[in-house]
This record gives sequence, C-alpha cells and structure tokens, in this order.
Amino acid sequence: MFEKTGVAAPEMVLEKFPSVERINRGPVAVVECYQKIPCNPCQTACPLGAIEIGDDINNIPQRDEELCGGCGLCVSKCPGLAIMIVDGSKSPDSVEFRIPYEFLPLPAAGETVLGLDRAGRPLCRAKVLKVLNPPSFDRTPVVTLEVERKYLYTFRNFRREAEEHG
Amino acid sequence: MREVELLIIGSGPAGLCAALSAAESGARALILERSFRPGGQLVKQTHMFFGSERQYASHRGVDIAELLLKKLAEYGERIELMLNATAVGFYEDNVVTVLKDEKEYFKIRAKSVVCATGAFEKSLAFPNNDLPGIYGAGAVQTLMNVYGVRPGNRVLMVGAGNIGVIVSYQLLQAGIEVAAVLDAAPRIGAYLVHASKLARMGVPILTSHTVKEAVGTDCLEAAVVWALDEKFKPIPGTERRFDVDVMCVSVGLSPLNELLAMRGAEMKYVPQLSGLVPLRSENCETGIPGVFVAGDASGIEEASSAMAEGWLAGLCAAAKLGYVPADFEARRREYLSQLENLRSGPVGERIRAGMKLSLLEGGMRDV
Ligand SMILES: Cc1cc2nc3c(=O)[nH]c(=O)nc-3n(C[C@H](O)[C@H](O)[C@H](O)COP(=O)(O)OP(=O)(O)OC[C@H]3O[C@@H](n4cnc5c(N)ncnc54)[C@H](O)[C@@H]3O)c2cc1C
Ligand code: SF4
Ligand code: SF4
Repeated sequence: MFEKTGVAAPEMVLEKFPSVERINRGPVAVVECYQKIPCNPCQTACPLGAIEIGDDINNIPQRDEELCGGCGLCVSKCPGLAIMIVDGSKSPDSVEFRIPYEFLPLPAAGETVLGLDRAGRPLCRAKVLKVLNPPSFDRTPVVTLEVERKYLYTFRNFRREAEEHG
Repeated sequence: MREVELLIIGSGPAGLCAALSAAESGARALILERSFRPGGQLVKQTHMFFGSERQYASHRGVDIAELLLKKLAEYGERIELMLNATAVGFYEDNVVTVLKDEKEYFKIRAKSVVCATGAFEKSLAFPNNDLPGIYGAGAVQTLMNVYGVRPGNRVLMVGAGNIGVIVSYQLLQAGIEVAAVLDAAPRIGAYLVHASKLARMGVPILTSHTVKEAVGTDCLEAAVVWALDEKFKPIPGTERRFDVDVMCVSVGLSPLNELLAMRGAEMKYVPQLSGLVPLRSENCETGIPGVFVAGDASGIEEASSAMAEGWLAGLCAAAKLGYVPADFEARRREYLSQLENLRSGPVGERIRAGMKLSLLEGGMRDV
C-alpha cells in the first residue's frame, strides 16, 4: 500500500522507532527512509556517526540508537524531510517531537496546533514549544511540539488552526 | 565567422560543469544559453536535492546554480556565457548557427562541442486538453518559483513521478490547494520520501487513475478522472469529478537533442532513457569525434548525474583539444565512479540498462 499512497504502514513505522526505553532516556532520531535511493546527506550531517549508509549511496540509512544523541542536526539536512526527533524524557504523559516544517507563516511558541497523522488526517491537539530557523538550517525550520504520549507512533505533522477554516 | 575552442550548448547543471571542467584543464569555453538566465532546470527548484554531497545534495537547486555560477566567474574570460542565444543549427565542421536576442543571426565554428540542451516535457492526450488552465509542470514551476505568480487556486496534478510530487509540494508551499495527484501506473514513481511529504499534508495520491476529460468553456472548470485496470484500461463507472482551475501535466520528459541528429550523430530510441538519444562512448563522446553530450540530453536522469557527466564531458573535450592535465586519468575515473555509484541502486537499474543500449560499439574503454 505504501507504494500506492505514500503512507507507511504502522508496522513499517514501528520498525524505524527506537525502543521506548531509549526514547524515555532523551531525544533520539527516527529516520523514516524505506527505499533504496541515491542519497546520503543524513549520514554526512551526523557529527556522531550515528547514521550509517556505507559505500553504496543507495543503501537505506541505519541509525544507531545508542550513538545518536538527538542533536537534530540531520533533521533539516534530509531532502526527504524523513527524519524527526522524539524525546520521552520530559514527562510520563507526553512526548516531545521535533519535526521539519517548510510552510509559512510559521507557528509561534505557545500556540496550539492541530496534530496530523501520516495521511494528513487530524489526530490531536499539539502545543508548539519552540521554532528554530537559523541560517544553518537553510530554510527548513524545525518545530518542537508537545504531544500526548498515546500518539507517539501516529503523530507526524501539524496544521495551524487558522488554516483549518480556509 | 567566430572561431572558438569549445562550444557548450546549454547552461544547465551539465553545461556549467562541462565548462568548469574544461576550464580547469586550461581550455577556453563559450556557453550558449537560450534563456535570459543561466542554470537550466535548477533555477526553478526550491526544494533540497537528494543525491550525494559531492553533487551538492541537501542544497536547494536554485542555490546549486548560484554556486556553479560563482565558480564560473572565478575563471574570468576563460569561460564566456552568452545569454538569449539559441543554437538553431549544427552543421558539418562543427559550425553552429545562433539566434541572439531574436534579431542577430550568426555562425560560430568550434573545435569541440558539448551538447547539454536538457529535455522537453511530454504531453497527454485527452478531450479538451487545450483549455487554458492546463499546464505542463515546468510552466507551473516557472510561473510560481521564478516569477512569483500563482497559476490558480486549486490544482489537479497528473503524474506521481518525482517532478509531479515535488511540484505539488511547492504548490502547497505557495498556498495553493492540491486536490489530488493521479498516476496511471499502479505504483508511485517518485521517491517515496517525497510522496510521504505530500501524503502527510493530506493530499490523496491516486495510482491506477487517469484523466477522462477536461471540462470548461473558456477555461478549465473541472476534470473528470477514472480508474484503470491492470491492463491500463479505464473502468467505466469509476468516474470522479474534481472542481479545479488548474491541471498540471507531469508525465515525463524526453531528451532534447535534435541538434545532434542534425549534425549527423547516430541516434537510437532507448525507452529506459525516455526517448531518442545519441550513441556515445563512456566518455560522453558521440560517434562524431569532438562532439559530446551530457545531462538530460543524453537520457533523462537527475541533476546529480548531469553534473558528473558534465565534468566528464568537459574533461574529455578539453583533452581532445590538447589540454591534458597530469591527473587526467584519475579525474576521468573519479567521474565515472561517481556516475556508477549514483546509478548502482534499484532506481538506477533502468538507467544502467539504457546506458548499455546507447553505448557506441567499442565505446567502453578498458579500465
Ligand atoms: C521538479 C523537478 C525536481 C527535480 N529534483 C531533482 C533533485 O532533487 N535532484 C536531482 O538530482 N535532480 C532533480 N531534478 C532533475 C534535474 O533538474 C535535471 O535532471 C537537470 O537539470 C538536467 O540538467 P541538464 O543540464 O542536462 O539540463 P537542463 O537543466 O534542462 O538545462 C538545459 C539548458 O539548455 C538550454 N538550451 C536548450 N536548448 C538550447 C539551444 N538550442 N540553444 C541554447 N540553449 C539551449 C536550456 O534553456 C537550459 O537552460 C528535478 C527536475 C525537476 C523538473
Ligand atoms: S539527531 Fe544528531 S546524533 Fe542523532 S542521528 Fe541526527 S545528527 Fe546524528
Ligand atoms: S537524507 Fe533523508 S532521504 Fe536521504 S537517505 Fe538520508 S534519510 Fe533518506
């Protein structure tokens, strides 16, 4: 189905997630890249060598959850916007996500937005905690959001509420 | 008649890299570009490119063009870029006729030529496909990303290859609604990371679907689409209507290389490379000594490979002119290995097959 809709099946997504124990220890990258394509900026971006593609640029990136420090440098470098950071260390009830977001106007910290799933369907409320857009991110801003923990495996995108009406 | 050492036709990524490569070896190059601005397809690409870091992956296309043009400037007068200059004819003895600013018409004779003319968009036949509001993806991108003009309010994208999916995403970024993306094929052709970006914005991707007809009197008002069976036959009763004022057709590109055919290069239809292509050696030299081809003109691929081919063609064209740098063989192998690497995966399989079919006999040198 993934190849017909572009929406990854839940079990595919699950496979890309680090263990819950790792997520609860602190921020870590989820690399949702499923297809062999000639691409490797994620590997080159990582200062800790936590993403491995190897000699063949077509290999699927492998992220080492122990090496990854969750710095997020790879997030804005991935042309497929396939990488996000999850962090379960802040609260037992919620998870923090850092996701790339290339739409204007950007949300503001403190704003409540509509959380969406991988098919763009409304899922939950999400609270914007931070918006980073330094020159080094090269116009791919990264937004930090707080989301209820039960949406850990389904939350993937958001929409600003104002946009809902038109 | 003006005489030049190396003439490069087209200033897309392939042409620019060919010029840089030849100049690095010591040759002088003149680049002809029919548009008022250099960069080819790159100037319309506001998204980050995939590919390898060596070909500027993760940079936005438009910024890659800037980077290459900055490098070009470093070579000063060794590289000349002539804009608004269309090569219209290519004759024996490498005489190229040029139409400049749509008024001057003159001839240039070159010792060596690199044809890096890129590609043209294919179209799709359906009733009323000439209604205003029906565009090619290239036109939509040019309007939106080069001129800052909205092509309309609600778009139906036809074609779920990389271009269709990327242009759809850029339409959303411009605040334009994308009703759906269709593709006749049963699977999405685009890299799935790009398709997922669109899916999570809520844009439905309908595979095994095509356009039945466009509806409208003075301009496009709606599009009727229907589903296709496994044999690509439409299934009556599955019609759906989308009220849209823009339909964007993105069903692929074909190599643009009539100039080479005119010059007498042996051409062959190679479906894997999306059309008629010139036979060539692994060094990008056609059957006519000193005449090279690089980039989409030699087969539809990507900017990353167009750049690597440009470097290779520029190096070898300069060598033909007597500019053989000490590290010639090392550089040649480096570009060949970059190309091999880019084409080594499953998506490169078609290209690899196409390359084999378009190789001149005896064109593969022993490495
Ligand atoms: C929407 C979209 C997204 C893309 N995304 C990516 C990506 O992420 N990564 C990637 O690697 N590639 C990508 N590509 C592909 C890439 O842009 C092309 O493969 C690449 O530009 C081909 O380079 P080229 O130099 O061969 O041709 P072009 O870029 O097409 O340049 C050809 C130039 O030749 C000029 N020309 C043509 N005929 C004449 C003539 N007779 N006289 C004078 N000048 C002439 C044209 O005006 C043009 O400037 C994308 C393409 C599109 C459309
Ligand atoms: S988050 Fe930082 S450490 Fe982890 S993979 Fe990305 S770049 Fe490497
Ligand atoms: S940069 Fe992104 S799209 Fe490219 S290989 Fe890495 S994860 Fe996949």
